[in-house]
Amino acid sequence: MNALTGTGTLTRLALRRDRVMIPAWVVPIALLVASTASAFGGLYDTPEERAGVAASTAGNGSLRALYGPVFDTGIGGLTAWRMMAFGSALAGLMAILLVVRHTREEEEAGRLELVGAGAVGRRAPLAAALVTGFGASLLLGLLVTLALLGQGTRGAVAFGIAFAGAGCSFAAVAAVAAQLTESARAARGISGAVLGLAFLTRAVGDAGSGTLTWLSPLGWAENIRPFADERWWVAALFAVWAAGLVTVAHALVARRDIDASLLPPRPGPAAAGRRLRTAQGLAWRLQRGSLWGWTAGFAVGGAALGGLADGAADLVRDNERLADVMRDMGGASGLVDSYLASMTGVMGMIAAIYAVQAVLRLQGEENSGRAEPVLATGVGRVRWAAGHALLAFAGSVLLMAVSGFTMGLGYGATTGDTAGQIGRLTGAGLVQLPAVWFVAAVALLLYGAAPKAARASWGVASLTLATGLYGPALRLSPWVMDLSVFTHLPKVPSADVTVAPLAVLTVLALALAALGLAALRRRDITA
Amino acid sequence: MTKAISVAGLHKSFGRTHALDGLDLAVEEGEVHGFLGPNGAGKSTTIRILLGLLRADRGAAVLLGGDPWRDAVTLHRRLAYVPGDVTLWRNLSGGEAIDLLGRLRGGLDEARRRQLLERFELDPTKKGRAYSKGNRQKVALVAAFASDVDLLILDEPTSGLDPLMEEVFRECVREERDRGRTVLLSSHILGEVEALCDRVSIIRGGRTVETGSLGELRHLTRTSVTAELAGRADGLGGLPGVHDLEVRGDHVRLQVDTDKLDAVLRRLGETGVRSLTSTPPTLEELFLRHYENGPDGPDGPADPAAPAVATGALAADAEARR
Ligand SMILES: Nc1ncnc2c1ncn2[C@@H]1O[C@H](COP(=O)(O)OP(=O)(O)OP(=O)(O)O)[C@@H](O)[C@H]1O
Ligand SMILES: [Mg+2]
Repeated sequence: MNALTGTGTLTRLALRRDRVMIPAWVVPIALLVASTASAFGGLYDTPEERAGVAASTAGNGSLRALYGPVFDTGIGGLTAWRMMAFGSALAGLMAILLVVRHTREEEEAGRLELVGAGAVGRRAPLAAALVTGFGASLLLGLLVTLALLGQGTRGAVAFGIAFAGAGCSFAAVAAVAAQLTESARAARGISGAVLGLAFLTRAVGDAGSGTLTWLSPLGWAENIRPFADERWWVAALFAVWAAGLVTVAHALVARRDIDASLLPPRPGPAAAGRRLRTAQGLAWRLQRGSLWGWTAGFAVGGAALGGLADGAADLVRDNERLADVMRDMGGASGLVDSYLASMTGVMGMIAAIYAVQAVLRLQGEENSGRAEPVLATGVGRVRWAAGHALLAFAGSVLLMAVSGFTMGLGYGATTGDTAGQIGRLTGAGLVQLPAVWFVAAVALLLYGAAPKAARASWGVASLTLATGLYGPALRLSPWVMDLSVFTHLPKVPSADVTVAPLAVLTVLALALAALGLAALRRRDITA
Repeated sequence: MTKAISVAGLHKSFGRTHALDGLDLAVEEGEVHGFLGPNGAGKSTTIRILLGLLRADRGAAVLLGGDPWRDAVTLHRRLAYVPGDVTLWRNLSGGEAIDLLGRLRGGLDEARRRQLLERFELDPTKKGRAYSKGNRQKVALVAAFASDVDLLILDEPTSGLDPLMEEVFRECVREERDRGRTVLLSSHILGEVEALCDRVSIIRGGRTVETGSLGELRHLTRTSVTAELAGRADGLGGLPGVHDLEVRGDHVRLQVDTDKLDAVLRRLGETGVRSLTSTPPTLEELFLRHYENGPDGPDGPADPAAPAVATGALAADAEARR
C-alpha cells in the first residue's frame, strides 16, 4: 500500500461534508467583491473623484496600512485596493479552517483512527485535506474572476489568482500547524496567528517603504497588481511557499504517531483552584481565553479606526455621494464625527457576534454531553445558563469600553485632545450596549425555547452586521434598515444621546433573556 | 425498608419513538440494583428522567423522597451520577474536573479522593483532551466515589475500563454498599451484575419485564435435564412446563421451567433412573431469554435488529467470561 492510497476517497468524503460550508464561504466573498465594484462604479464615477481617493491614500499612512496602496485609479483598480487585503485574509482564513477541520479535528475526534485502520495510506488524510483546501481556494479565485470580468479580463484573472494564492498559502500553513499540536483549537490558533502576523507585516510595510510587504503572502496578493500593470511572476511566490510548507507537513506526518504532536501537551494542575467551585467559575474558565482574545482585537481595532478618522474624512470630503453614505451611517454633524459614530456602530455589531458565540457555548456544552454531569449536581439550569449569559452581557461591556477607549486614544493622538476624545468615544461605545444585549438575548431565547434553531442567531448577528456595513452604500430602503436593532440607536458622538431607545432596548433584552431562561427550565436537556 | 427510587408507569416519547412505555422500577435503600436491558431499551432515558434532565410524559417517579423534576437541585446534592460516555472539558485537567464536580455537589472527601486516584491509577494532571476513553471514565468515577452522597446513579460506568480497573470499580461499589449507600447500576456486563447486585430489573422496549433477586429470577427460568432411564418414559411431553423434549431409546433430554421441575423428577423416578444430570440455568441463558423473547415492546416486531444486536453483545460477553 502506497502512503497516498485512499486520497481520492477521503477527498470525496471531505467535499461531501463541506458541500454547504465551502459555498457558504466562497459565494459571499465573491458577492462582496462584485458589490464593491458596482458600488464604486456609482460612488466614484468621475476620474477626478477616483484620483482624489488615490491622492488621499498616498498621503495617509494609516489608510495604506489598512487597505494597501492604490495602484490604479480605474474602478477595477480601486476595487482591488479596497478588497485585496481583507479578501485575501478571508481566503486564508477559509483555507485554514478547512484544512484543520479535515486533519487535526478528525484526528482529535478519533475518526481518523477509524479511517486509518481502513485501506488508507498514512499521508492520505493530509493530502485529502490539502486538496480540499486548495480546491476551495481555486474555486474562490474562479468565482471572483467571473465576478470582475466586466472590469477587464487580465485584471479579473490576476485578482482571482491573488485570492486563490493567498488561500493556498494558508492551507499549507494550517497543514504544518495541524502536525505541531494535539488540539484542533491550538492548530487554528497557530495558523490564525500566522495569518494575523502576515496582515500586520503587510500593513506596516504598506504604511512605510513597502519592503516588509514582500515578506507576507497577503502582500504578494496585492502586488500581483490586478487592473494595474499585472505582474504574473508574483504568483510563483505563492507556489514556492505552498510547496515548501506542504513538503514540511508531509515530512512531519511521516515522523509522528497518530494522535501525537510535535509540541508536547502541557500538564495541568492536579487539583482545582479556589475559583473553580461554581457554575459561574466554570463558565469563566471556559470562556476567558476567548474573551481576552476578543478584547485584544477590539483594542487594536479601536485604535486603528480612531487613528484613521482624519484620513477617512479626507477621503469622503470631496465626494458628495460618499459623504451622504457616511451621514446615513453616522449621523449628520461633522464628517469626522459621522465616521466615528458609524465605526463605533460597526464595533457594536461585531460585539454582538461575540455575544452570540458566548451564549451559544451553552449549546456546545449541552450537545457535547458536558452539561449533563454539571446539571446532575446541585447546579440548577438557570444558574448554569446565567453563568455563560453573564459572560456575553458583561463581556460585551468590556469590549465596547476598551474599543471606545482605544478609539479615543487613536483619534486623540491626531488631534491633541486625548482625554476628551477618550471620554466621548468610550461613552459612544457604551451606548451600543443595549443593541448588543438585544442580539445576545435573542440568542438566549432561541437556545432556551427552540434549541434546534439556536444557530439562527448567527444569522441574526451577521445580517445585522451586513446591513450596518453595506446597507447605506447600497441604499437599502429604510424598512430594511429598521430590521437591525442598531439602526435605532442614537448616532453618538455625532448626535446626542437619547435615553428612550436605549431604555426600551435594554428592557426588551432583559425580557427576552428572562423568557429564554424560563423556557430552558421547562424543556428536556438532551445530549 | 424505604425506597430510594420508585417509578411507576413511566412514559416518554421522542417524536415518534416511544422510549419508555409504562416502566416500573423500585430500588430499596441500601441495595445495589442492577438495571439491564438490550440497547435502546430505555435505561439511559429512565436515568435522565430520574436526574430531572428529561421530563416524563406520564407516570410517577420519586427519588429520595422528592420529585426528580421539581426538586432537582436539592436532590442532586444527595446523589452522584456517572454517564456511560464521559466527555471532559479539553482545557481542564482531570483533577480540576474531579474537584469541580465534587464541589458543585457540595464538597468531596480529600483523603478518599487521593486514595481513589491511587487505586484507579489516574494521573490528574492531564488535560481533558489527552485522556483515553477509560481514563475519562475514571475521572467521573473518582468524582462520584469521593463525594459524600446517599445515592449513586451509574449508567454503564465501566465501558472502557480494563479488567484490573473493573476489579477496582467492583471493590468501590461494595464499599459504598457497606457504608449503606444505594447504587443504581445500569450495565451490559453480566459478571459485574452477578458480582455486585442484590436485585436486578430487566427492561425491554421501555417496559419492565422482570425484577427481583438473581435467585428469584433463576427460579423463573428453565433447567436442562439429561437422564438415562431404566425403561421408556411415557407422558413426559404432556407435563406442564416441559420444552425441547428429545427421547432416544432410554436416553432423555429436556428443558423444564424451574418451578415445574418437581413433577418431571417424580415421573422420571417412577420409570427408574440410572443416571441424571440437571443443569441450573446460567445467567447468560437467563438474560438472553429476556432479551430475545420478552413481551413485544415497540422495539420488538418493528425493529427485529435491536434484540439481535443485544444478543450478539451478550453472547460475546458470555464468551469472554469463559
Ligand atoms: N434525545 C433523543 N431523541 C430521540 N430519541 C431518543 C433520544 N434519547 C433516546 N432516544 C431513543 O429512546 C430509546 C431508548 O434509548 P436509551 O438511550 O434510553 O436506551 P438504553 O437502554 O440506554 O440503551 P443502551 O444500552 O444502548 O445505552 C432509543 O430508541 C433511542 O433511540
Ligand atoms: Mg444507555
